[in-house]
Amino acid sequence: MRIVVAIKQVPERDAQVRIDAAGKWPNTWIVESDLQFAMNEPDAYALEEALQLKEKSAAADGEVIVVSAGPERVGAAIREALAKGADRGIHIVCDDPGARDALGVARLLAAAIQPESPDLILTGLQSEDLGLGQTGVIVAELLGLPHATLILHVEKTATGVTVKRELEEGWFQTVELPTPAVLTIQSGGNKLRYATLMGIKRAKTREVRRLTAAELGADAAPVVVLERVSLPQKQKSTHILSGTAKEAAAALVEKLKFEAGVL
Amino acid sequence: MSGILVVVEEHAGRIARISWEAVAAGQRLGAQLGLPVSAAIVGAQTETLAAEVAARPPANGLRLVRVVHPLLAQYTADGFTLALRQLIEQERPAQVIFPHTYQVRDYAPALAARFGQVLIGDVIAIGDGPVFTRQLLQGRLNGSYRHTGSGPCFVSVQAGAFRTEVPGEGLQSDTQSCQGTTSVVPKSQPNDGEALAPAGNSSVLISIFTPALDPSQIRTRPSEPWRGGAQTVDLGSAQRIVSVGRGIKQAENIPMVQELATALGAELAASRPICDNGWLPLERQVGISGQTVSPKLYLAVGISGAIQHLVGMKGSQCVVAINKDPDAPIFEVADYGIVGDLFEVVPALTAAVKAAEQ
Repeated sequence: MRIVVAIKQVPERDAQVRIDAAGKWPNTWIVESDLQFAMNEPDAYALEEALQLKEKSAAADGEVIVVSAGPERVGAAIREALAKGADRGIHIVCDDPGARDALGVARLLAAAIQPESPDLILTGLQSEDLGLGQTGVIVAELLGLPHATLILHVEKTATGVTVKRELEEGWFQTVELPTPAVLTIQSGGNKLRYATLMGIKRAKTREVRRLTAAELGADAAPVVVLERVSLPQKQKSTHILSGTAKEAAAALVEKLKFEAGVL
Repeated sequence: MSGILVVVEEHAGRIARISWEAVAAGQRLGAQLGLPVSAAIVGAQTETLAAEVAARPPANGLRLVRVVHPLLAQYTADGFTLALRQLIEQERPAQVIFPHTYQVRDYAPALAARFGQVLIGDVIAIGDGPVFTRQLLQGRLNGSYRHTGSGPCFVSVQAGAFRTEVPGEGLQSDTQSCQGTTSVVPKSQPNDGEALAPAGNSSVLISIFTPALDPSQIRTRPSEPWRGGAQTVDLGSAQRIVSVGRGIKQAENIPMVQELATALGAELAASRPICDNGWLPLERQVGISGQTVSPKLYLAVGISGAIQHLVGMKGSQCVVAINKDPDAPIFEVADYGIVGDLFEVVPALTAAVKAAEQ
């Protein structure tokens, strides 16, 4: 089984973000030079699911290919995936993924994935930065493949896959799909692995093919534009209790007891 | 381009609040753009639901379209995408509005792509232009989006972002109030049991649209939904909840938070990453995929406050946040906050609670 995993590199979760008024694109964005980047966590779960499917398979021809679009820094996320066990990588080199809408990014990915003729395409259900949650579904649409979202578990069957899909409020359902298919993976279905030293060494020898948007012929004007970013307005005026931990704790108990009346 | 189409969603045989909020958003946009508003209900048997919608005051002035076909009895992305594509091609709406549910997330991006468009998803406010606001970076920033394509504009709205009054439920959604005040609704509402009684909405016109669907076009086979695991913890009725998030760093630190919960006489709950890691059982998860809670006191320890979590706890009366990051989105909904190291603050708070009880 050949599995393509689409991954994204995003700012680290605890990163302090500053708005860049000048902006790199026509629009404002955040100051990227401040940031550390990491593999989008839901994509890490998609990679994990792919690696486990390959390992469980009796066939020796299993292959996991990671694909990512973005500037040079994205190479680090691809290397990390290779170190964890992916067989090879595809880097769609573009400095401007933020200037493309979800359809534009999905077009790049679909164009890079199609020649690989995979049995399965996996990706995280959403990114931790833009949080669009659409890329996998649009890739399926562009490639004319069936899809299922919010998937926690994948089981190979004779004709396709059976997947466990998360619904709202603690409900689930099972969905059967023929392959090839696209699945967007929810976090928590598996335990994530770490890269081993061996894996990190091996990753250096593995192929990462570089493609450009121009080569893929997938350039199109965006139909949705992020015009500006801003800090959210507070919905409540939060009373911040300061001082040492002990002072703040004592003040909080006072407030909860006498002001809020909830103790 | 002739109007605004709101696609409402059936949830357990009813139209859920979030769909009414989508109607409210559609009506607001309709007023802004001077466009009429229609609502579509998709299914195999939508007669009762359509009557329920028509009987309720927020539906006043709506045109209702029942999109009916036996192959729409159960949701599939293929069925809904094909059916709504045909409806949209006939109606040619300028805007298509959805509630931002798991189901919509599953098919609306494909539906929009079929028109060469992109869904503007999870919208929390609609400003002049129209400009659509959605959250970025897990709620740390807001982004303002504009539709520049020439086809219909597809938008989904976040739960709680647009005010509406749902008959039979007393509470208004009162968070993320944005500019979402909508249609004027009379104060007296029919109870659920009287939902089908006429409510003076003779202006609601109901029509039927039958899409052309073939079984071979539905490629996926979904099962009936099932509930995951035994629910032995009812967080929904808890008066006090102490909830723990990623900031706790490792499973070994959970007992420290349990101690605080015990001292407060509170239930222990968690955000998704804690349950994903297996540190607490799934039944203690608060948020969109877990339980929805509305305690008197909700104390969030090391929880940043991503929207998926906030959706599950924003009905709480008093919210307290303990977090080392002063910019964490949880502080946007907190009444009281302590910015600091939770490993110092939590034990101090446990001690203070115990001392206050003596």
